[in-house]
Amino acid sequence: MSTLTVTSLIETKGLSLRLNGEIVLRDIDFRIKSGEIITIVGPNGAGKSSLLRVLIGAVTPTTGKVYRKPRLRLGYVPQKLEIDQTLPLTVLRFLKLPVWQRRSVLDEALISTDIAGLADRQMSELSGGQFQRVLLARAILEKPQILLLDEAAQGLDQNSEVAFYKKIEELRRDLQCAVLMVSHDLRVVMSASDRVICLNKHICCEGSPEVISSNIEWQKMFGTIGSGALALYRHDHSKNNKQALTSVQ
Amino acid sequence: MILDDFLVRAVFAGIGVSFASAPLGCFVVWHRMVYFGDATAHAAILGVVLSLALSVSIFAGTLVTALLMALSISIMRQKTFALDTILGVIAHSSLAVGLVAASFVGGIRVDLRGFLFGDILAVSKSDLTIIWIGALCVIALILWRWSPLLISTVSSDLAHTSGVSERREKLILTLALAVTVAVGIKVVGVLMIGALLVIPAASARCFARTPEFMAILAVIIGTIGTLGGIRFSFDFDTPTGPTIVCALAVIFVVSNFVRVISKTA
Repeated sequence: MSTLTVTSLIETKGLSLRLNGEIVLRDIDFRIKSGEIITIVGPNGAGKSSLLRVLIGAVTPTTGKVYRKPRLRLGYVPQKLEIDQTLPLTVLRFLKLPVWQRRSVLDEALISTDIAGLADRQMSELSGGQFQRVLLARAILEKPQILLLDEAAQGLDQNSEVAFYKKIEELRRDLQCAVLMVSHDLRVVMSASDRVICLNKHICCEGSPEVISSNIEWQKMFGTIGSGALALYRHDHSKNNKQALTSVQ
Repeated sequence: MILDDFLVRAVFAGIGVSFASAPLGCFVVWHRMVYFGDATAHAAILGVVLSLALSVSIFAGTLVTALLMALSISIMRQKTFALDTILGVIAHSSLAVGLVAASFVGGIRVDLRGFLFGDILAVSKSDLTIIWIGALCVIALILWRWSPLLISTVSSDLAHTSGVSERREKLILTLALAVTVAVGIKVVGVLMIGALLVIPAASARCFARTPEFMAILAVIIGTIGTLGGIRFSFDFDTPTGPTIVCALAVIFVVSNFVRVISKTA
């Protein structure tokens, strides 16, 4: 029954997940098409990261199916990564894991994420913002068709966060890839998404940023967002993308 | 200098075990599996006793026991106890059960000292063959899986996005560990095989900037320590296994000293 919709990159049908007897996700019907930007929001413990990990194949769902487009190239930026101090690892070496890449390709990825100067630094010496950019550089190395970001800017200060998401916008434009990001931050939700999915173990509601913010379920979970905020973070994809996120604050 | 035959065998046995244990030891250190390695090694004494009782090859007996123990620990990873608690229980219990079981093995009085602390000077030609076959298998396994092992060390999620199964790589490490324990018993014994895994890797960390360099340096350090230990023990008539570990410990201290000095300089 591999009825993957032609344009879908990843699709799930009736997906449920139990971890240690507890329901983490239930009845998730989800799909992401090429080029689409989707944000998943939800409170802590809503199963956001688990859903992402099911989608990348790190966790097998308890019931239901995950269809991935054959030979789908994934770029995944985890929430945070703790590299043990005992593992010596330069940025360049990290980027070459597990697939060996030519130096020119690596340099290109470093330049496009604005960290060209970090090539020979140890991963353990990087700041939070630099580290996330290295993760991003690694994610784009294999020219992903879909970029998955799990609260990738968490822990960054506000300016770095804005810059980080601006970078993602830019990369998305260059790579023409779909973006699936997870966030508990409403400001990020409203910025660039075609679709917002509100997750709390199941999909509570979904739709365009405007539709979703007036949804009752949404308001129950997050309260009302000022319409001013919404106006700030909404922008038009077809026009000048440069404004994306610049006005956040 | 004329080397006695048994000394030549000891040297080659030591080099063989170092070649396997040092690069594997890097993964043990990176994965924080040090105690896991110890528990697996301690369980091997049970394998020794069982092999003697059933009169099968000691290598096969320890390999199977170590492997079973390592696998059951991996499966038992559950939430009730922290992993180090489980390991603490298993490591000491299996050692104790092995020692008690030894007293039931009738007839032969089993000399467990050799298995607890190693008996490298008594390595026979067939021991040497088994050590080198085992060591070469471990080296081949690690070289073959180097990149997937490394990415799953860094992050299981990143491994999955690159199509690498973390579970398979963990299994490979476990298998390599069991083989290393089985071949290392003769050299330093079950109580100190952990040292052969950890100390060369930990010393190499002081100078390494990439994982590859760390593994190669660990092999060199492990070999130097083993040869130095054998030499010292021959000259001063000290127990060989513990002397090897002492030599490695000295290298570890010196390495750290050098690192601290070069950082402040």
